[in-house]
Amino acid sequence: MKGGLMRTVRLGVSSLLLHKLRSILTTLGVLFGVSSVIAMLAIGEGASKHAQELIRELGSQNVILRSVKPPEDVVTGGQQSRMASYGLTASDFRRMRDSFPGVVRAVPVSILQQEVRYESRALNPRVLATTWQYRDVTGRPICEGRFLSPDDERSVSNVCVLGYEVARYLIPFESAVGKNIKIGSEYFTCVGVMLPRVPLSADPPQAGADVTGEVFIPMETGIKWFGDIQVKIRSGSREMEQVELHEIYAQVDASEHVELVANAAKAMLARNHNQMDYNVVVPLELMMKEEETKRTFNIVLGSIAGISLLVGGIGIMNVMLATVTERTREIGIRRALGAKRKHIVTQFLVETVVLSVGGGLLGIALGLLIPVIVEKTANMPTIVTPTAPLLAFGISAAIGVIFGLYPAWRAANMDPVDALRHE
Amino acid sequence: MPTKEAAQARDRAGEPVVELTDVERVYRMGNNEVRALDGLTFTFRAGEYWSIMGSSGSGKSTLLNLLGCIDRPSSGSYRIRGTEVATLDDDELSEIRGQHIGFVFQSYNLIAQLNVLENILVPLFYWDEPPPDAEERARMLAERVGLGGRLEHKPNELSGGQQQRVAIARALVNNPAILLADEATGNLDSKTAQEILALFDELHEEGKTILLVTHEPSVGRRAEHTLRLSDGRIAEVTHNREGAST
Repeated sequence: MKGGLMRTVRLGVSSLLLHKLRSILTTLGVLFGVSSVIAMLAIGEGASKHAQELIRELGSQNVILRSVKPPEDVVTGGQQSRMASYGLTASDFRRMRDSFPGVVRAVPVSILQQEVRYESRALNPRVLATTWQYRDVTGRPICEGRFLSPDDERSVSNVCVLGYEVARYLIPFESAVGKNIKIGSEYFTCVGVMLPRVPLSADPPQAGADVTGEVFIPMETGIKWFGDIQVKIRSGSREMEQVELHEIYAQVDASEHVELVANAAKAMLARNHNQMDYNVVVPLELMMKEEETKRTFNIVLGSIAGISLLVGGIGIMNVMLATVTERTREIGIRRALGAKRKHIVTQFLVETVVLSVGGGLLGIALGLLIPVIVEKTANMPTIVTPTAPLLAFGISAAIGVIFGLYPAWRAANMDPVDALRHE
Repeated sequence: MPTKEAAQARDRAGEPVVELTDVERVYRMGNNEVRALDGLTFTFRAGEYWSIMGSSGSGKSTLLNLLGCIDRPSSGSYRIRGTEVATLDDDELSEIRGQHIGFVFQSYNLIAQLNVLENILVPLFYWDEPPPDAEERARMLAERVGLGGRLEHKPNELSGGQQQRVAIARALVNNPAILLADEATGNLDSKTAQEILALFDELHEEGKTILLVTHEPSVGRRAEHTLRLSDGRIAEVTHNREGAST
């Protein structure tokens, strides 16, 4: 049986070709099973990778404190305009920075509502007043020029760094660096442009006011010109909000300490705030939750795929049992001419494996095609990991062996005398 | 050609190739015991041409199955080319079939998806170490039975007589101790049947040991000797002069 396997495979293929339609129909179960495994894994992987990227951008070693507008008191005395004062304070920031052992650096962010203008083009992006360390904490890369520097802060200079979208909208055809940008009523010199946040998706840059972007200016400069009172105009009513800091990023020395720092921060905030006007975001936790979601997703997918492959396998077994009965006489002849049981087992096993692997290969082709179509039509990111097709191939071969064993065993254990007499 | 074939035969004429001693085969049918072979003792020698005859139920088919090693005796001894087969297990029996038995069936029993050459090669396919000249041997045998020009044909492209010739070539490819033909002419018209019988005569002259199981007296007489069975025992042994001459 040394060179015999190749011959057995050839023989198996030619036996299967005797009943082309039946063989093709038999492989369909495995085909769809395998292709759905690959396609679903690719779609799941793509979705989860997208979510992971969004979270990673927040920084996996960071603890983020955010100001949250507390629930409105029921005391609405018919007043249309009132002053709301809430959120994180400068003293929260100092505590974060100075009295937490695990915190490497802390960065305050306050978000200003100001119009940003260059010549005749204007935008309303988020203007972030922050420190030069913002970039180190978030790890966001610069595309051109530089980020804010310690010098900018010391000199309280009018410099700004534009987000990619903002720069592209305001100054489409030139480098934004060195240009004078008007923020509110002050002029700022642009010193750098950031890379876009999430990798630019397939959708084209939107026009006009829809552009959501960011502009960074030094903290001290922001306080100097704009103070910490934000005027929000919302559907006719005029609302005044006083928020000192909108966000505090705290970078922790090691990911094991993230939870510790987060809990301590919560406790600290609870002591110093008399209302729930803050929120603590732990990207690491989000990431772990995302991992959990992904695992659940994979289990569900795995079960569905498993069931469809099981059905496919049973289909193959069913057909092979019918084939064995149909070919009882052939089995008898082969046994009479000297075939041992193992030869008969091999022959039928090879046929089932050829069927299932054939189905598996077609399934891989289809499974690789589906994500491409999904990406084109539904605009969803998909990722085909190289292990998925290998896994699918392995599974389909295994199905051939598992579901082929019983029919092959039946064939091999026929009594040659009876098998020869079979009509 | 005949001399070359004869030289290939391993068995010297007159030596015993198949020895049956007190062979019994008992079937159990519900509570009944059916004694299909009842203490059969007989020896077939190399180069002999026998027909085995008997009415249905005489034990003819049972003897054929035993001789062909697809069945085992309930008791007694069966030696083929000196090897005791009564006690062998399934794998060893398969090996004996592949090495020492050549089967020719009434309904040809070729394998539909294989062509003529491949069909002839089937017995060697199951050898642990196929002879290096297997294909050459198969081609020669196809030539010998007159089908040298149809090696690539599938069985359904051949007539009954041609299929039976392929089956005979297949039965000879392993150079068997005995060629077992079970009603080999039963499905053929009389003219084709005569051609096949003439082929057996030729093979006999080349020194092959042939056992022809049949219920037709005219076919039985073509053999050198006839063994007649009745109720699982030897009823009669005849030596047909005419069989040897025609």
